[in-house]
Amino acid sequence: MALSKHTHIVTAYGEELDKLADELARMGGLVEMQLEAAVAAVVRRDASVIPEVRKREVQVNAMQVDIEKRVIRLFALRQPLATDLRMTISSLKIASDLERVGDLAKNIAYRSKKLVGFAPLELMHSVERLGVIVGKQLHEVLDALSSFDIEPAVRVWRNDDEVDDHYNGLIREMLLAMSKDPSLVGPGAHILFVAKNLERVGDHATNIAEALHYIVTGEALESTDHPPA
Amino acid sequence: MFDTEIQPTVYHKNSLGSSPVKVEVRDVSVSYGEKQALFNVSLDIPDHSVTAFIGPSGCGKSTFLRCMNRMNDTIEGARVTGSLKIDGAEINDRAVDPVVLRASVGMVFQKPNPFPKSIYDNVAYGPRIHGLASSRSELDDVVEHSLRKAGLWAEVSDRLQDPGTGLSGGQQQRLVIARAIAVSPEVILMDEPCSALDPIATAKIEELIDELRENYCIIIVTHSMQQAARVSQMTAFFHMGSLIEVGPTEEIFTNPLESRTQDYITGRFG
Repeated sequence: MALSKHTHIVTAYGEELDKLADELARMGGLVEMQLEAAVAAVVRRDASVIPEVRKREVQVNAMQVDIEKRVIRLFALRQPLATDLRMTISSLKIASDLERVGDLAKNIAYRSKKLVGFAPLELMHSVERLGVIVGKQLHEVLDALSSFDIEPAVRVWRNDDEVDDHYNGLIREMLLAMSKDPSLVGPGAHILFVAKNLERVGDHATNIAEALHYIVTGEALESTDHPPA
Repeated sequence: MFDTEIQPTVYHKNSLGSSPVKVEVRDVSVSYGEKQALFNVSLDIPDHSVTAFIGPSGCGKSTFLRCMNRMNDTIEGARVTGSLKIDGAEINDRAVDPVVLRASVGMVFQKPNPFPKSIYDNVAYGPRIHGLASSRSELDDVVEHSLRKAGLWAEVSDRLQDPGTGLSGGQQQRLVIARAIAVSPEVILMDEPCSALDPIATAKIEELIDELRENYCIIIVTHSMQQAARVSQMTAFFHMGSLIEVGPTEEIFTNPLESRTQDYITGRFG
């Protein structure tokens, strides 16, 4: 772990903190797979991945419970301080954000089943694009987390505007298309939910960026860290 | 033992909170013979507040604590330089009588050290020699008041003539705190006051410290990081004879600025 160049005098304590970071990284990897599979399922209107998504969802939830247990154990037995304290408490928050992302990905994947019966939508490329942007946000913030690097984290945090802009554009386009062609209302409603869920994933990525910033600096990400509008 | 390089201290903002300065320390160094134990310590210590000194053994924190009531005077070959003012008055001034100083700067040690006298006489001793009570009933009042403030009255009021040494460790520690309070001190120094006590007795002393800070400036040396975190408002970290970092306790334990502070409080190899 790159938080300090020195190791703990009590080796087991250092190992427990390292393990916590490893578990977060594993959970992050799993959640990334869920999101990728979910977006692909919707875009291709292919519901065949759902059983696999469901299986991984169970794993993701179990990992959150496991991380919570580790955090409680660290507080009870090690009383972490300074960077260790910030790492421990933030792990709880990050695990909860990742669990939410997993949940949203599962919801998105389930929409593919509803979309199978409809004709392909022209707007799907826009959904795919939103999925790519959000997936990149999640990937970058998880990468930053594994190296305790705040610069990419701040970038992710700032980039949330791009996610929101794209999301708002997609909603506008979809509503317009639906009002012109009522036959699009059925699939369109599902697309609106997918878009909303993707936008929420983006928010969780920024939450993780904030948590990482706190772990490394001890300070909250301030609006001054935002580029001038 | 120490390199002679002077380490600059990192001072957090707002370390004093809203409290006024009670003790003003400037460039204090201490040597024992050839060996320098403390290097140019400068620090403002707030009144009505608990300040914790932390750091590994031999870091100079106890040496510094002993400067506050000129206990280093009693050590052969000890040399203290720099300025140390309490309420603006220099305590290293030749005109200052260390005996009078030690009444206003009380001290509680690691091991409870009651006199081999009755509980009553342990507390009454200071007021008697400093002439703080003019009658027996006044002295009775001082003793009761001090024991109440030390949270011991209820446990000993019916056996004030029993020997102080017959009390439990935690009670003895509260007895010597009562003894320190009896001479109306301004500053109370505590050198690891709970290291010989069980967790319940420790909690009682910590509760007492929290109550006393309303009226006194309290400085505590402790090896327990958790204790420093629990009882103090300001924390100062010493290392190799230098004051490394001073700040509000909450900041020191959540976000220390110096890597040596960080390594020490998180239990890492420095």
